[in-house]
Amino acid sequence: MSSQTETKTTETVSSYQPKFNLGRYIRRNGAQLGIFSVFVALWIFFIIMAPGTFLRPQIYNAFMATIPFFALMAMPLTMVIIAGEIDLSFPSIMAMGMISFMFTHSVTNSVWLAFLAALLTGVIIGWLNGIIVVKFGIPSLVATLGTQFFWRGAVLVLGQGRSGTLVYTRESLLHPLLVGKIGDSFPVQMLWLLLIAGLTWVLLNRHKFGAHIYLIGDNVKSAELMGINTGRTRILAFTFLGLVSAFAGVVASLQVTYFWPSLGEGYLMRTLAAVFLGGTSVFGGVGTLFGTFIGAFIIGAIEAATVAIGLTGFWTQLIYGFIIVLSVIMHTFLRKRME
Amino acid sequence: MNYRLELKNVSKSFGEVHALRNVDFQLGQNEVVGLLGDNGAGKSTMIKIITGYYQPTSGEILFNGQKVDDLTVPKARELGVETVYQERALAELQTLWRNIFLGRELVNRWGLMDINRMRAETHRLMTQSMGFTSGAVTPDSRVGTFSGGEKQGVAITRALFFDAEIIVLDEPTMGLSLKETEKLLHFVSDIKTAGKSAIFIDHNIFHVYSVSDRVVVIDRGKIAGEFFTKDITLNDLMDKMIHVAETGILEQE
Repeated sequence: MSSQTETKTTETVSSYQPKFNLGRYIRRNGAQLGIFSVFVALWIFFIIMAPGTFLRPQIYNAFMATIPFFALMAMPLTMVIIAGEIDLSFPSIMAMGMISFMFTHSVTNSVWLAFLAALLTGVIIGWLNGIIVVKFGIPSLVATLGTQFFWRGAVLVLGQGRSGTLVYTRESLLHPLLVGKIGDSFPVQMLWLLLIAGLTWVLLNRHKFGAHIYLIGDNVKSAELMGINTGRTRILAFTFLGLVSAFAGVVASLQVTYFWPSLGEGYLMRTLAAVFLGGTSVFGGVGTLFGTFIGAFIIGAIEAATVAIGLTGFWTQLIYGFIIVLSVIMHTFLRKRME
Repeated sequence: MNYRLELKNVSKSFGEVHALRNVDFQLGQNEVVGLLGDNGAGKSTMIKIITGYYQPTSGEILFNGQKVDDLTVPKARELGVETVYQERALAELQTLWRNIFLGRELVNRWGLMDINRMRAETHRLMTQSMGFTSGAVTPDSRVGTFSGGEKQGVAITRALFFDAEIIVLDEPTMGLSLKETEKLLHFVSDIKTAGKSAIFIDHNIFHVYSVSDRVVVIDRGKIAGEFFTKDITLNDLMDKMIHVAETGILEQE
């Protein structure tokens, strides 16, 4: 026994290379493979039903232009949900960030300072969400239900319910940097989505922070007994979501060079749907960013596809609901099989 | 002589409830101390103070004769306290390697987790210390799929892997089969051979008696008394425990 009680962390150990086992691989990655299959099946279905639309690049450029608006937020939201929490306030953070943007611009006449102010606003509101949840011990569903109303109300009060033009941003480098086009067609916001997704992936899968997110969502008591600062980790997760939400708010507003005080309101449900569609468990401890990414593209494609196939827009929500319920049943089934 | 660990006049209250009152406790070098007491006597509270999970309301904690203020879980770990908790403190949906390194993941020079090294270490520990022989379990297996004994093996291995000086075992035999229990008791005796100290808590008085050098009896938040196991027979110890439970008084010769 004595040999085992000494720290072996510094010693080099022969690297461990597990033998590849297809059955095991499928079991372990069932959720991702499942949602990816749904994605491919839907895609093939769309191509068969509307080849004129789905065999041309235009529809994909349109997807890559509009899906990032909510897919951006779906990344850090996945992290928050894996930690066993939820956030309903991010659509209001999008709008509140833009209030700061426009106010700062009106004072300083600088688009860059305005951009920074928006991001800072997101950080502060996200941090406050975390503080309310962690320090006051309020369940995040209720806490962010409250802050969601509060910040939407703040947007209306501070902006007097007015909308406003953002045409002036076109003269700044910020506009092409956030929502420009590469080679006249490829939307830059898609690169931002890939960047944020990559960054979140590293945080979640390669950094201690992400390991602690999974542990907290799985068993918060164990995490505490093992000395993990569960409060700080959760506050940081909310703060990160706040930052990205404000960023998404600027991107979505610059795309149309206009600010509406209702900015973000349509994104609450589809962002949550993307996360759950991707196989993240509402109970915490389980979930992947890959799943969320695919989930976001399924959600984003359904609306356009419904119309392209020749159904009226009335069908969209019905199909949304159908696919979400079906996928969540699939995930639950796969999770049971895994155990 | 310095004790490896000493509690001086430690009290802990939760609001109106006094979980511990003026507790004095010593753990020597190379000693296994058994803690006995009824449910709610204060055993778990005392353990959680030693591991830094709770901060005492008053009193002092000394490691090797040095007073330590504001003991936290990471600080206690630095001082060499490792704990096998009653709840085992495992994250059941996570993989084996994540559980072994829970809360102190190995990182590379970029500050990112060194997953390959953690997997390799886990793989080595699986065969050397956890006793997994079947090929079905890998470092990437989910801990939730393990049996009670296997889970306990994970919790113990985790405590041993990091250079522990004091190993705290809080009800480690709970939910174990007879064979697994026997293995565990062997392991506690091995701790002493390795020059470490241990605090052993169990409901089962036979287990405590068989592995401890000294038994400390705790009752209603107070230390009721202590015996060296070499000075008392198991039957006498049992009689005294029953008497304490009934009257709150421990007769000490």
